[in-house]
Order: sequence, then structure tokens, then C-alpha cells
Amino acid sequence: MIYQDSRTILEVRNLCASVDGTPILKNMDFTVKSGEIHAIMGLNGSGKSTFSKVLAGHPDYEITSGTVLFEGKNLMEMEPEDRARAGLFLAFQYPIEIPGVGNSQFLRLMYNTVQTHRGKEELDPLEFDDFVRDKMKLLEMREDFLDRSVNAGFSGGEKKRNEILQMAMLEPSLAILDETDSGLDIDALRIVAQGVNQLANKGNAIIMVTHYQRLLNYIVPDFVHVMVDGRIIKSGGKELALELESRGYNWVSDEYKAASRVAR
Amino acid sequence: MSAALQNIINQPYKHGFVSDIESDVAAKGLDEDTIRMISAKRNEPEWLLDFRLKSYAAWLKMTAPTWQNAHYPKIDFQAISYYSAPKQKPKLKSMDEVDPELLRTFEKLGVPLHERMALAGVAVDVIFDSVSVTTTYKEKLAEVGVIFCSFSEAVKDHPELVQKYLGTVIPTSDNYYAALNSAVFTDGSFCFIPKGVKCPMDLSTYFRINTEESGQFERTLIVAEEGASVSYLEGCTAPAFSSNQLHAAVVELVALDNADIKYSTVQNWYAGDENGVGGIYNFVTKRGLAKGINSRISWTQVETGSAITWKYPSVVLQGDNSIGEFYSVALTNHYQQADTGTKMIHLGKNTRSTIVSKGISAGKSNNSYRGLVKIAPSASGARNYSQCDSMLIGQESGAHTFPYIDVRNNTAKVEHEASTSKIGEDQMFYFAQRGIDAEAAVSMIINGFCKDVFQQLPLEFAVEATNLLSFKLEGSVG
Repeated sequence: MIYQDSRTILEVRNLCASVDGTPILKNMDFTVKSGEIHAIMGLNGSGKSTFSKVLAGHPDYEITSGTVLFEGKNLMEMEPEDRARAGLFLAFQYPIEIPGVGNSQFLRLMYNTVQTHRGKEELDPLEFDDFVRDKMKLLEMREDFLDRSVNAGFSGGEKKRNEILQMAMLEPSLAILDETDSGLDIDALRIVAQGVNQLANKGNAIIMVTHYQRLLNYIVPDFVHVMVDGRIIKSGGKELALELESRGYNWVSDEYKAASRVAR
Repeated sequence: MSAALQNIINQPYKHGFVSDIESDVAAKGLDEDTIRMISAKRNEPEWLLDFRLKSYAAWLKMTAPTWQNAHYPKIDFQAISYYSAPKQKPKLKSMDEVDPELLRTFEKLGVPLHERMALAGVAVDVIFDSVSVTTTYKEKLAEVGVIFCSFSEAVKDHPELVQKYLGTVIPTSDNYYAALNSAVFTDGSFCFIPKGVKCPMDLSTYFRINTEESGQFERTLIVAEEGASVSYLEGCTAPAFSSNQLHAAVVELVALDNADIKYSTVQNWYAGDENGVGGIYNFVTKRGLAKGINSRISWTQVETGSAITWKYPSVVLQGDNSIGEFYSVALTNHYQQADTGTKMIHLGKNTRSTIVSKGISAGKSNNSYRGLVKIAPSASGARNYSQCDSMLIGQESGAHTFPYIDVRNNTAKVEHEASTSKIGEDQMFYFAQRGIDAEAAVSMIINGFCKDVFQQLPLEFAVEATNLLSFKLEGSVG
């Protein structure tokens, strides 16, 4: 939702980033305000997943120039764990398996660490159990999920639900959902989307990175952006996603190239 | 971790490998006269001198083993001094005199207060001025008839028991280092649990070794008579320094009918510096004889120190229905080399053994599991389950598994499972993205990996061991 009295959550200016010396993001500009839901769409290799990882602080990516302000703070000076504690959440495209580490133990450490850094009370194991089970209902998760190792042997749908569960627990001010719809069957997609919609409110913001318009039927964006070759070349409302679905991406690139030529 | 802490754990080997000139140190070198001298200095009975000489004769005919997956310069056995009078650690009057860095290390490891004092060399009796912990402990044990003393005291006070069991599990000619130990051992622990007695508390070497160094050739003998049980703890999590580079200990356990011995070790000897210079060679022979029916011997070890670790705590399952267990965590970092595992020798009927080995390799270290499961023709219905898991940290460490299985009875069941995993950058990033820093993440992953072993340790030991592993790995990930 777009609000009049919103505040700026994320402000990206002229961001350039590379991996192993190869430039991926090229002068990316992007602004997100509270209450808004953004969708970033684009083909494989357009840089949209890189953008998510750069925001979260993945060590493989090098920022070569530009600025990123997260709630007024210079994000690039913050360690990945500090970004998370400050309220930036990334739902991973491929959540990693951590064999041997129990899910409930992991979730409790995550929750209590972040709570402590936000100056709030930790929950003891019993209180935590009530808390997490309550959140699990939101995502229709099975009870035995807590006893299993983090993501180990989880189906694609279970992994994505686990990501959204963590988002529900941490209540981030900015959630980035990286291809959360990939690998989900239609039921799981509905449950995940329902979870996200319940979490969206006036005080936070969501960025969805996706290939397909399908997810956007369930989580309706306020803005849709098209990313090509490391930058956003077109932005619009939710109808842009439908247009992309029917016409593909080429026309956007062509239009952009034509406009660039005129400008020159 | 703070730089100060890093320093104390990895502090340069300040003691050196050459003993200071003292009045009561034997000249370097080993021959029959040296052994007669050691025995005479210790006022040993004739039978013990014979035992030493027999061992020495056996040792002379043997050559140092080279099959282990470890590389080090040839040891010059004539360059070692084999006897020095027991040294007293300097006694301090209070905790105020202890090196504050050392105290911080204990703090970080969670070593209990009274134990910190003993480890730091503070006279415990001075602190607890009314009743000393050690005295209370000895009184309680004496009430139930448990003998727990140094090996020398045992030779003096209970010679018949020592003579009856010494060398019955590990014969003098068993292997090169065991033979050497049998010839020249200086001291160690003796523990005897009489028939039907459940030892009322865990026996910890810390209560015995706080006044003197045990020396490099330590000898331990534990006997549990019919229906007796004991839990024995060796070592501690605090870094241990030694004035000797080569350590070749021998530990023998004997369990009679229905007896139960649980032996837990946490080893944190000096491992050498980051470049692999210095560090202890820990070549140990540990074996238990589950002699009686329904007897049980269980080894649990957490090996984190030493430049080279070479040990295979084993169980000979002689009594019918006897049980042997081996739970091990071996962690190597920098240039450490560990070749460790177990032998389960099934002789009796329906004998059962369990092996759970967890190897963690970081830095440029090499970690090998080597194990033998042998089922003799007599061992009808024997069963073994082995699980060997390795975890690699970084790109330059190595993990190796050498399981040997020798089954001579077709009613036996033997299972072996193995896995290798890796702590990767992506796992660390996942934790970081959830607000969890690298230190807590590694600790959680390692704990998860080792939990099957840690849950075998006595509780306080388990907590310390957990901290120790995280501590040893700091800076290796991410």
C-alpha cells in the first residue's frame, strides 16, 4: 500500500557491484518506502538475485561504487548480522541445509539474538515453544518440523515456508523475498503468500524478486520494476507484470535502447 | 575472540623440550642401567623391575611404526632423559596471584571455580580453610572401599593388586610405544572398585595431579570387580603444557562380571603454533578388557590438542554378552595431525560394540579415523555398529577414514556408516542473515555434529568440551 505519511526504508543510488571482478549491478537506483510492496522482475542473469544478496551483505559480492541507505544508515558499513538485527531480512532462493542443528534450537538462537539486539527480552525455551508454534499455524506447518535439522531433507515447499516462518518471527522492516515462488506447488504458494500478506503492514516494506507474474496474483505489488543488465530500466504498477507475462521482456529492452539513443 | 585469549591458547611453547638442569635428573639415554636406576629410585619391588626389563628387551627388538597417517621427524630415544624427581608445581596463596590471562581463559571455557584454582596451582586447602575438597573426596571413597591413588602409591600399598592386573590387557610386547612405556613409566593413576561397589562419584584425575607432573610416560590401571561400576574422567579443557615433547601413555582397564567402566577424556595438549612448530606427540595405548560376562567398557574422548595424536582406545570383548563402546570427537586445526579410532575385538558370544567417531578438520590439518572390528570364530551372535562422520572446514584440511573389518563368524552382524560434510561460506551467511555471528554459528554447527558424543560425557565436562571446540576453531571459518 502507498501511504502519504510513509518514511523511506531503502534508498539505493548508483549502486555498482561485481563478483570475481565481473560487474553485475550497473548504476542501480531504487527507493522503497514503508508500507510498499515492490516486485523486481527480469530474466536470468539480469542481476536481481545479486541485488538481494548485495543488500544482505553476501561476502562474494564487491560493492565498487554507489550508496545504500537503510532507514537512514549506511548499509554498506554494516556486517551481514548487523543488517539482519537492524531489520533487513532475506528469504533465500535456495535455503541451505544445516544437518545436525535442530530447527527449534536454531530458531530460538536467531530470535533471541535479534531480540537482544533490539533491546527486548529473550524468551525461555518454554515461552519460545508457544511462540513458534503459534507462528507455525500461520504457515500450516507440521509439528515434527521443529525436531528436524534446519532445512535438511525438507521439500522445496517446506524450505520456503521455513523462510517465511523466520520472517514472521523476526518482523523485519524490510523483507526481500528472492524467488520465493520457485519450486512451490499451488497450495504451498497460496500458504506462503497468505503468510506474507498477513505480515505486510504500514510500518514495513517488501521486495519480491521473481521471474513470474504468478506470485503477484497472490501478493499484489504496488510497484513492478524490470531489471535488465544490472539496472532497473522500467517501473510501473501491477499491470506492468501482466504486460510482461503476455509480451515477454524484449520489448522493454528495445524501448529502453530506443529511448537511450534519443537521449544521446 | 579477543586477541588476549587467542594468545593464551596459542601461546608459544615457553617451557622448551629440554629439562632445566636439576640435581635429580637422569642423564639422557636409555639402557638397562637406566631402567634399574629408575626402579631403584622408586624403591620398586623385584617383580616390577622384571616387568620393566622384559618390556625393554621386547622394545629393543621392535621398530617404530610408520603406518599411521602422520609425518614427523624420527624420534631420537637416546636424547630423552627418562627420570627426574617429581616436580612440585609452584603453589600460590590465592587467586590474586594467578595470571589474569589464564583466569580469562578459564572463564571462557566455563571451568568451575575450585577447578580453576587447582589448575592454576592455588593450594585448594588454603582457600577452603575448613574442609578441603580433596580430603572430603578421599574420605568418601575410602568409606566404600574404592582405591584411587597414584600408581607409585599403589605399588607401595597394594602391590598384590597391581601385580595381578598390570600388563594383562596390554602385554609388554604389544606395540613399540607401549613397550617403551612399560620399560620406563614413571607414574600415573591406579583405581580399584571392589566387588558390588558403585563408585559414588566420578573419579577425576584433576584431584590427583594437581601437585605434580605425571611425566611423559604415564601409566594408568583401572580394575572394576564383579558388579562394580565407575566413571573416570581424564584431562581437562584448559590448555595443558608439558616439558616433554613425546608422550606415550598406557591405560589398561579390566572389567569383571557385570562390571561397568566409563572412561572419558578431554585432551587439550599444546598443539604447536599456527605454523606447525612445536607441539606434543601424543602416542597412547588405551585398551579395556571386558573380561566378565555382561561387563561393559565405554570410551568417550574429545581430542583437541597435540601436534600429533595417535591413539586407539579399544575393547577386548571376552565375556559373553559384554559391551564395548567408543565415542570420539577429534578436532584438528593448523598443522595438527590426528590418527585415532578404536579396535573392538569380539571373542565372547552375543558381544556388542558401538563406534561413533566425529572428526573435524580445519586449517591445514589432517584427521584420520582408523578402526578395526574383529569378530572371532567364537563370537556367535556378535554385533557392531560403526558410524564415522567427518567435517571439513576451509579448503586445505583433510579427512580420512580407514575402517578394517574382519569377521570370522557367520552369525555376526556388522554395520558401518560414514559421511563427510563441510562448513561452508553459505551456511555461515545463512546464520549471519538471521542475526547470528560467526562464533555462535560455528558453535551451533559443531555441537550439532558432535551431539551423539557429547551426550555421553558427564554434564559439566560436556559444557566445557562444547566451549573448547568453538574456541579452538575461532578464526578458521569465514
